[in-house]
Amino acid sequence: MAGTTITRAQLSEAVYQEVGLSRNESSELLELVLSYITDSLSKGEAVKISSFGSFSVRQKGERIGRNPKTGEKVPILPRKVLVFRPSQALKDRINSGNSSDS
Amino acid sequence: MTKSELIARVSTANPHLLQRDIERIVTTIFEEITDALAMGNRVELRGFGAFSVKRRASRIGRNPRTGEAVDVSEKFIPYFKTGKQLREKLNA
Repeated sequence: MAGTTITRAQLSEAVYQEVGLSRNESSELLELVLSYITDSLSKGEAVKISSFGSFSVRQKGERIGRNPKTGEKVPILPRKVLVFRPSQALKDRINSGNSSDS
Repeated sequence: MTKSELIARVSTANPHLLQRDIERIVTTIFEEITDALAMGNRVELRGFGAFSVKRRASRIGRNPRTGEAVDVSEKFIPYFKTGKQLREKLNA
């Protein structure tokens, strides 16, 4: 099973199996959850999901980068980046899951 | 925003659904992602981002207080890469 990529289809299927809603409504709810997380983050607000992890926005300052091909200096503009910090519970789950098969 | 605030928002937008069901839905989404990662799978949500598992090789660490060498065994860490659309929204 390892090495498979899970997408929206499998997540909304799981939602569909869990609650007795239509497939359509299940996928709309998944979309809604993702859009609320996106909205919060784009306002600069952190999102904390207990026993999963937290998403926060970090402001990066301007710095001078280099085009690795030409060696030319290029300014890297100040920007915002998203940081995901997994919770201890998630880290534990991942370690107990993956170490057993290696 | 916390998980319970997220549930409350989804609930407000869907007054025809029971709050209890919305709680199960939100929990299912994150549990499903967790299960996939625990099995070594990747979760890709276009436009939002992708969750994957990265392996950290075993190494010899040091107790910073005593300077003593300690074996740190191999471990796996969850990693999130922000999707293109979300990255653009953060900087819009």
